[in-house]
Amino acid sequence: MHGFLSYLNAHFHALRLEFWGLFIGGIGSGIIYAMVAIGYTMVYGVLRLINFAHSEIFMTGAFAGYFTLNYLIGSSSPTGFSSILLIIVGILAGGITGSFFAVVLERVAYRPLRIRKAPKIAYLISAIGASYFLLNLAAKEFGRIGRGIAQPYQNHTVFTIFGAPVEMYNIIIFVAAGIMLIIVDRLVSKTKLGRSIRSVAQDSETASLMGVDIDRTIAMTFVIGGFLGGAAGFLYALNVGVLYSMGFTPALKAFTAAVLGGIGNLRGAVIGGLILGVTESFTVVFFSGAYTDVVAFAILVLVLMFRPTGILGELIGRSA
Amino acid sequence: MNLPFIKKLSTKALIILISSELAAVVTGPPGNGDTPWVGFHDSITQKASFFGLFVTGRWALFYAIGIISYLAVHFFKKLNSNNSAMDSLRSQYSSVAKNKYFKLAAVLVIGVLAILLPTVITDPFWREAMVSQIAVFVLLALGLNVVVGFAGLLDLGFVAFYAVGAYATAWCTGALPMPPIFGSHVNPFFAIPIAIILAMVAGVILGIPTLRLRGDYLAIVTLGFGEIITLFANNLTGITGGAQGTEQVPHFSLHIGPLKYIWGLDPVPYYYLVIGFVILFIFIFYSLEHSRVGRAWTAIREDEVAAESLGINPLKYKVMAFAIGAASAGFAGVMTAAQSNFLTPATFTLALSINILVLVIFGGMGSIFGVVFGAIVIQTITMYLIHTPPAGYQPPDLYIYIGALLVIMMIFRPGGLFPARRRQRADVATSSLENSND
Repeated sequence: MHGFLSYLNAHFHALRLEFWGLFIGGIGSGIIYAMVAIGYTMVYGVLRLINFAHSEIFMTGAFAGYFTLNYLIGSSSPTGFSSILLIIVGILAGGITGSFFAVVLERVAYRPLRIRKAPKIAYLISAIGASYFLLNLAAKEFGRIGRGIAQPYQNHTVFTIFGAPVEMYNIIIFVAAGIMLIIVDRLVSKTKLGRSIRSVAQDSETASLMGVDIDRTIAMTFVIGGFLGGAAGFLYALNVGVLYSMGFTPALKAFTAAVLGGIGNLRGAVIGGLILGVTESFTVVFFSGAYTDVVAFAILVLVLMFRPTGILGELIGRSA
Repeated sequence: MNLPFIKKLSTKALIILISSELAAVVTGPPGNGDTPWVGFHDSITQKASFFGLFVTGRWALFYAIGIISYLAVHFFKKLNSNNSAMDSLRSQYSSVAKNKYFKLAAVLVIGVLAILLPTVITDPFWREAMVSQIAVFVLLALGLNVVVGFAGLLDLGFVAFYAVGAYATAWCTGALPMPPIFGSHVNPFFAIPIAIILAMVAGVILGIPTLRLRGDYLAIVTLGFGEIITLFANNLTGITGGAQGTEQVPHFSLHIGPLKYIWGLDPVPYYYLVIGFVILFIFIFYSLEHSRVGRAWTAIREDEVAAESLGINPLKYKVMAFAIGAASAGFAGVMTAAQSNFLTPATFTLALSINILVLVIFGGMGSIFGVVFGAIVIQTITMYLIHTPPAGYQPPDLYIYIGALLVIMMIFRPGGLFPARRRQRADVATSSLENSND
């Protein structure tokens, strides 16, 4: 008992020392989870199903950003304005590729089942199949070893918060992801497209009676979710590089974030992502790195068991 | 000019073009990460011969094959839909197939063939594959069929039960760092009941908290569970031997009075052992399907709320499905461990779970014959690809085809090749209910 207490004590001491560093790292990964979680949550809103293949949207976006940047940068080391431009290009490349694959996925793997009114298990199996197809096709075409991305900026410590360094990378993902999340929130709550997405999420049959084009709305939902997922893949890859199987773990965590915030709820997904990122970052102090994935998974199971509606509650229609 | 017709035709042609070029890329030579377009470019432009008749670019070849197969399927559909001769043939076939004596005879013939198989197959590669890659996978598919087919629960971490069975065997026989329960060097035969029971217990432990969840949540939680089992097997070095696993699992042996037999390196004795258990499990699962339990599973699968209102406890029957399905996976684990002597966490991947799932989906969820058939066919093809790989094929590419097969089956034939009869009847009712629920 005493041993356990001293163990806890030592680790809490370590946590106090490293609090701000871990917090910044946690926010950084949390905002990536939030972007991916938006894709899960929006698709869940309109289709009532988990898009299992979203992890591969993330991966394709990362690869698109990787190839674009490697092509544009070559062996130069850009600074200043050109770094900003390159990052924007990378985000667009990742996002557009993500959107493209998401729409193709919807068209091929989901729409035929939706027309046939297939049972839910058929959607899940089809999604798993599509995910495995893309994953292993990427492995075949782009090799099975991880690769670092050409850096479009010089990473250095910009300023410190209570002694913890805030790096350029943290600022880039925070600003980029923040802007995209705000745009999506405005898009869903203010525009005509957003209204049609919310109406389909609330009641697709009535929405179609009111003149909403269901097929188009669902496709647009995949476009938005895919853009965020692909762009998140690129931002993630800036730090850790690309690998064909890179999507699995972040996507599982993003799904946890979506459930944590209340699946179908956009702002919930963002909050869930940030909470999950920070929590996970803190647990590194207590467990070895190998078990951080277990922590996220344990959170998922606990939330599903005790509060399946999440922190902010379900349903995209009521979120805005 | 008939414009709508031309438009429809060109759309069809475009769809066939895209899908056949995709097939060309999938089957083509691999690329690499430095020059991403190489794989795609080579797959489409390389020269290939059309059954030795003429040589052309792969893109044209695949387009030709795509058009031919589309026309064949189209023609077959037409033949099927308005042909009374075909209809009468089919009804005759089904009346013969339903005949009790015919069924019995078919089962006997298949049984005799299964027993005689090792005399036909003498190639050592195929003798080995027959046991460790086909028969064991039949067992796994039978187990998953109980969960996915009978009870309608999508379990993406089924491999966890397989792992529990294998590690339980290693534990009982003293091959793990963790001390065994009955001293060391216990014969794996005694491990069979322990492994099966432990796998079933794992099913109950995983099932009780997770089976209250909705179907899609269940899928993702089991997926995570499968990953976590591998993670623990990799990292708990003091218990499982870590990433190296163990190499000291003994072979089966039998010492009952005068009877003495040791299963050695030859796969054939293992074959007979595993066939015996396959028959046993088929019998058990068949009886269960046609018992009160099986009917309860069907009811829960088709409409859980209605089943509950009729006094069926869904959680109880779902946990039962998990535990019973885990039993055959547990035995498959014993077989794998005791035949190959070694086991590592690298065997029990998510990819393997998906592989087992495709066996069930391909043959027909809920249909025991379909599942056995699917497992044998797909695993034989897989083994053939490993034995004589076509140009440009690498073993992990298998999962490209498996993923594509899952999607194709769900779009065109969700019931599998041999749809379960109970499922067929209920198909229309299910879909309308699913919709009214939302």
